Parts: sequence; C-alpha cells; structure tokens
Amino acid sequence: MENLAENRTAYTDLEPATDIPNENHYYLNMGPQHPSTHGVLRVLLEMDGEYVVDPQPVLGYGHRMQEKMAEHKNWMAFMPNTGRMDYAAALPYNHGYVALFERLCGIEVPARAEYIRVITSELNRIVSHHLWIGAMLLDMGAFTPILYTFDDREQVLDILEDVTGSRLTYCYFRVGGVCKDIDDKFVEKTRAFIKRQRERFDIYNKLVTGNIIFIKRTEGVGVISPDMARRYGVTGPVLRGSGIAYDVRKNEPYSVYPNFDFEIPVGRNGDSYDRYMVRLLEIEQSLRIIEQALDQLPEGSFLGKAPKKMKMPTGDCSFSVEAARGELTYYLVSGGGDIPYRLKIRVPSYSNLSVLPELCQGMLLSDLVAAMGSMDLVIPEIDR
Amino acid sequence: MNNRGYFGELWFGAKSLLIGLNVTIKELFRPIVTVQYPREECEITPNYRGHVELVFNTETGGCDCIVCGMCAKACPSDCLVVKGEKKEGEKRKSLTLFSLDFTKCSLCGSCVETCPKGALDYSQDYNIAGFTREEFHYDLIERLERRHQQPLAAAAGGN
Repeated sequence: MENLAENRTAYTDLEPATDIPNENHYYLNMGPQHPSTHGVLRVLLEMDGEYVVDPQPVLGYGHRMQEKMAEHKNWMAFMPNTGRMDYAAALPYNHGYVALFERLCGIEVPARAEYIRVITSELNRIVSHHLWIGAMLLDMGAFTPILYTFDDREQVLDILEDVTGSRLTYCYFRVGGVCKDIDDKFVEKTRAFIKRQRERFDIYNKLVTGNIIFIKRTEGVGVISPDMARRYGVTGPVLRGSGIAYDVRKNEPYSVYPNFDFEIPVGRNGDSYDRYMVRLLEIEQSLRIIEQALDQLPEGSFLGKAPKKMKMPTGDCSFSVEAARGELTYYLVSGGGDIPYRLKIRVPSYSNLSVLPELCQGMLLSDLVAAMGSMDLVIPEIDR
Repeated sequence: MNNRGYFGELWFGAKSLLIGLNVTIKELFRPIVTVQYPREECEITPNYRGHVELVFNTETGGCDCIVCGMCAKACPSDCLVVKGEKKEGEKRKSLTLFSLDFTKCSLCGSCVETCPKGALDYSQDYNIAGFTREEFHYDLIERLERRHQQPLAAAAGGN
C-alpha cells in the first residue's frame, strides 16, 4: 500500500502542496471543468493578486489512447476515431487519414472525389471558425455574436449533413474517394450559403471587429512574436497571426489545392486581435476555394477502386493536411498486414498550447482567457 | 488605434457600440430562426445516418440478410451480433438474431457498406433518449416486425 501511495505522488507532483515560493502568491486551478477551456483542460495558475505569474497546463483528463487504438485495429476500423479527435473540424482529420493510406499504397483517387473532399473540408473549416468566433467572444463576455455565428454555422451543418449523414463527427471519406456523391442540390445550397456568408461579414464587422470592447480586450494581448512561434512549433491561424505565411495547402500542396487561387491571410502584430482577423479572412478564402471548386467540379466516379482487404506494404509514411487549427500530420509505421504498427498523430492544438506558459506570464487573469481563447484549442485533440 | 486621444476614443467607442446595437435591434423585425424543439420537430434530411436498421423486402415479406456476418466483422466496435440457423429443407441459414448495441456504435457506416445484399440501412431515428443502457440494445428483427406489424416470412433471405 505504501508503494502505491508513493506512486501516486509521482503523478501529482505538479500540485504545489506545501512550499509556495512566495508567500504572497497563491495557486488557482482553472479547469478541468471551466467554461472557457472548452473541454477538460486544467491550467494551474500561480497568481500574484490578479496577475498570472506562472500558468502551467495540465493535460490528460480526456485521454482516450487514440494512437494506441490504431495499433489494435484494422486500418478501416480506426476511421471513425479520426473524426473524434478534433470534433469541431473532423473532415480534415478524415482527409489526412485516408490520404495517408493512399500515399502508402499508391491508390489513385478520382478527380471528382478530390474536389468533393476539398469542398467539404473547406466547409468544415468555415464551421470551425464560426464556432471559434462565437466561443471566444463568449469567453470574453459577449453573448450576442455566438447567436449570429451559430445561425451561419447551422446553414453549413445542414449542407454537410445532407451529404455526409452526420453533423459533427464525420466519417465521410474513404480510401479511394468519398462514400457518397454530391448532387445538384448540394451545389445549389452551397452557392446560396457562399452568397449569404459574404453578406454576413458586414454583421460580424459591425458586431465584433469594430467593437471598442473587443478591440481593447484583444489588441496587444498575447503577442506571439514570429521567433517565439517558430520555437514552439506553433501552427495554423496562430502562426499566421504572427506574420508567418505558412499554410500546408500552399507550402506542401496536397489533393487538388494547387488548382485554386487563394491567399494566405497573415497578421502583423501577432496579438489576439490578429488571430481573430486571420480566421475571419480565412473564411473568405475558404469561400473562394469552394466557389472555384464548384465551378471546376469534374464529372466521374466519386469512389475509386480500393481493395476491400488492404494489405499495407512494409515501411513508413507520413501525410500532412491543413486542419482548421493548423498542420495535422499522420505518421504511420507499417510492418505489413492490415494493422498499423504505430500511428503517430501530430495535432496542431498541442503545440499551440505549449506556448501558453511563456505567453501568459505577467498577464491579468482576464487577459489570459482572451489569449487562450484566441488559440482555438480543442482539448480532445490535445488529449487524443 | 491608440492615437485618437481621450475624446476621440470616447467618440469612437460610443459609435462602435451604437453600430453593434443597430445590428441587434434589426433582428427584432426579422423572422425567427430558432425551432422550439420538443414542441416542433426539425425536418431531417433523408440522408441522415442514424443507427442501422434491417431493410424490409416487400417481395419476400422478410429481410434479405443471409447471415454472412460481414457486417459484424466490419464493425469497428463489435456492436453487431448476427446469428442464424439452418432449418430443415432449406438451402441457407435463416436469421434468428440480429442485435445492435447502440451504446458502442460510432455511426461510421461500415456495416451498411459491406453488406453484400443491401439488407441494412440507416434509420431516421434521432429522438433517442433513455434512462438505462439496455434501452439501446436493439433487437433489429423485432424492430422490423414492429414497423411492419407482422412476423417475418419464414424463409427470410432464402433466395
């Protein structure tokens, strides 16, 4: 029993039980059940009054051993799990996983399937940014914008539900294509959504972008310098907010992204406001991609020939996609057969979170919420 | 944005708040977008993927399942149990048990896609709530019979 007790202290040694270095400092647990962490993230804060001295994220509350599960299942059986890591934008996760096997086994994908993948993935990215804008403002105390963004989000979810059959945790892509074709109704509804969304930007700008309270709470808060972003391996809109134009869709193009004309929005100061602007501009860029993809949409089959029982060749393979939160990489080591030997998933939120202790030192507690909110963390993705 | 001066800031701030309020006030005169869910039902797309359900074959008066067990094998979470027995004078097995443990199902659709006979389909059921786990252990044969209010034809899936 004593041994057991000793082992337990090893797990909880992050908890400062007795020796508080400065007697004026105190510790505050933000989470694991906290509305602004959007999941079971716990941040242990060493506080000096209202100021944060040392924030330390504590992970593992929602750990489900996704990578281990992949080592025990046939490759197709892991497919539904990919949609459950980043539930706010599941389709890029689907995309990375199937593309990994297509690269490993050299499977051809029909052009139509690639276009459908890009269109649905971009719609999913928009959905994710809608959710983020609403949720971040909710963290900062503004309740109204989430009602507007969710109204828009609902439009996209209806479109995606019609083709994928689910609203959140998609399992839509298959090795060699997608499992259901899109029809004219989908195209029509998506075009109507693009038109509607472009009109809604005006409302976003009036409600949020130009709002004095929002500007005061985010401008100059949580400044990530390009150097700091590089050191921590920050990706996605957080990286682009710091002024580094890195986007997997441009820098390491996959699928049919080279066929489209789009820009990578970047910020100037690397503060929370810039990260907000980058995401808002990304919605517009995603709309542009969807518009072009719908115009170019080729006819043909939506599901290529993929062997039912797929045997993987021995070796390793990796595939990166641009998920809504940044670069997502699947790395697979195969020892032959149909069960991976090892599947490593490099998720964007994990590296984005790692910047938190350095970023939020000396901040006000309320600013920490704004800075952490602007990272767009999805906890099940970190604790996968 | 910080070079406006004290009064410039006040003016800018007050203006931005009024612009925001203008947006929300207009909403009073727009149609309501929310649905009062339990009292009003949302219209659901026919492509919605609910839990799986056996398909009723109107010609044979039964289901097309041939008890091959492909669906149970394809299921990532082992939520399907398919059993059949060979009755006398029949060439093939007939279905005796088809159960779905919906608590484990992740709605991936592997079973529906692998079924060689197209005997499975997604249900449109989304109003699902219960107090016990056992309420989600579905007996799909019984559900099929209940839907069509008749026992399945004896030679289910025989052809």
